[in-house]
Amino acid sequence: MAASAITKRKRNLGDFVFSNLTRAFALVTLAMLGGIVVSLVIGSWPAIRRFGLGFLWSGEWNPPMEQFGALIPIYGTLVTSLIALVIAVPVSFGIALFLTELAPPWLKRPLGIAIELLAGIPSIVYGMWGLLVFAPVFSKYVQPLMADTLGRLPVFGELFSGAPLGIGILSAGIVLAIMTIPFIASVMRDVFDVTPAMLKESAYGVGATTWEVVWNVVLPYTKVGVIGGIMLGLGRALGETMAVTFLIGNMNFFNGVSLFLPGNSIASALANEFAEAESPIYTASLIELGLILFFITFIVLSLSKLLLSRLSRQEGSKT
Amino acid sequence: MNLRQQRKLVNRVALTLSLLAMSFGLFWLFWILLTTFDLGFASLSLKLFTQMTPAPGSEGGLLNAIVGSLLLVSLGTLLGTPIGIMAGIYLAEYGQHTWLGNVTSFINDIMLSAPSIIIGLFVYAIYVAQVGHFSGYSGVVAIAMLVIPVVVSATANMLKLVPDSLREAVFALGSPKWVVISKVTLRASLAGILTGVLLAVARVSGETAPLLFTALSNQFWTLDMNKPIANLPVTIFKFAMSPYSDWQEIAWGGVFLITMGVLSLNILARVLFRQKHRS
Repeated sequence: MAASAITKRKRNLGDFVFSNLTRAFALVTLAMLGGIVVSLVIGSWPAIRRFGLGFLWSGEWNPPMEQFGALIPIYGTLVTSLIALVIAVPVSFGIALFLTELAPPWLKRPLGIAIELLAGIPSIVYGMWGLLVFAPVFSKYVQPLMADTLGRLPVFGELFSGAPLGIGILSAGIVLAIMTIPFIASVMRDVFDVTPAMLKESAYGVGATTWEVVWNVVLPYTKVGVIGGIMLGLGRALGETMAVTFLIGNMNFFNGVSLFLPGNSIASALANEFAEAESPIYTASLIELGLILFFITFIVLSLSKLLLSRLSRQEGSKT
Repeated sequence: MNLRQQRKLVNRVALTLSLLAMSFGLFWLFWILLTTFDLGFASLSLKLFTQMTPAPGSEGGLLNAIVGSLLLVSLGTLLGTPIGIMAGIYLAEYGQHTWLGNVTSFINDIMLSAPSIIIGLFVYAIYVAQVGHFSGYSGVVAIAMLVIPVVVSATANMLKLVPDSLREAVFALGSPKWVVISKVTLRASLAGILTGVLLAVARVSGETAPLLFTALSNQFWTLDMNKPIANLPVTIFKFAMSPYSDWQEIAWGGVFLITMGVLSLNILARVLFRQKHRS
């Protein structure tokens, strides 16, 4: 009796220690997020107090005069991410369509891996390749062509005017698109795959074409997940640092709406200026930029997560 | 053109566009890999592995940056992996329907995609600004923070794949829960967790942004983790952005090394995972 009581107590003790230990580590991961928010708010407090809400829409970024506003980097971040999405969403949809409906089974896996490898390449490689290989080709062949065709359009023409520098908001957006495609495409492929085969086969059975099945059956069934995937790509694009830093040109003035012009993004302003910022208010302003970036990406990624988890719940209830 | 022909045409156009999209994706992959091989291979030499990073105009290699990167990544992984595995165990085995479990897995998924430069800022604020200087240790902390979410989600997902019948069989033998987890479910999902760790290493070894304000960089040889330490990504950044062609050449060598390392880790992880799931 006594012996079994001891082993029982020992056993309970083991369980108690182990479960609380794992819980403590779960709390550590949770505390990381809280720590990030708190430390960013504390770090940016001098700038928040000095510039107030006006920080968000002031376009002045003048370190010697200690005047700081976030408008230019916010603009650059949003516009490059938007360009990335405009290119990446249709392409990713095409890739997901190809991988789920068109590719012969023996090709699916290698092609899927190839797209995932595109996601595995570090962003510094994209950046260096973009600056030294892509930008020269882009400025020599593509930008003059764009200026001659798109540049002549009545309203949009303004966006494609100016000197073909190779670097600038547009080329940063394009390289960002290349980096975003694998994320969106693999989420789309995965959610397309959850469509019940019976639904698709019913549509094929009444004579629908492949395109009609994808557009009228698969896409409506998975639209929540598709939007979730796009949001995930957006979240990644907003915070992407190195590739954009190489390509955007790091210019803190607003010279016009042309996408050929250099600009700046939040992440690249941080990458370029943070280690060299001398005055405390300069550092605080940069940290406030980081806080804004974290806030935006947090919202976008939360939305993405909520949408994707809704799809998987739906999937569970319908079987 | 009747409706039937029109539908067929639309279908054909759409499928052609889808094929084009696939080629578009592959085109960039091949272009980038081709450049990396071409320019990287040209600048590969023994010097790259035996000499320190040079001043512009003089000869040199990447030895200090390679060693520094290996140190940062391996220490960061050693620090982050156990934390990630323990938190993952909690999510899968204890916290499935508790608020802490739900909130943690939600937050963890966000941390997985959160901008890595923010992690750099955070470590700067809590560590570098407090001690007053950049250091290798702060780089290790930043890298560990990037490793943790990847390992947490790999562990949790792999443990959730273990069938409950396996757990129940061990419980029926009278084992306490911690023995069930540590001796059975954790072992059953070992390959998956290892895959997750490899993918985490692949991800962090190319990360530049979080090291910019933590480990910084160092032109000289050092193993002192309490000082700024050279590492491949930041060195590549500095050299590639410079106007000196000999620096850029060394940077291509570094890009080649990083890309090769990251891609082989990715492929290794896949092979490992696939073998386990076949058997």
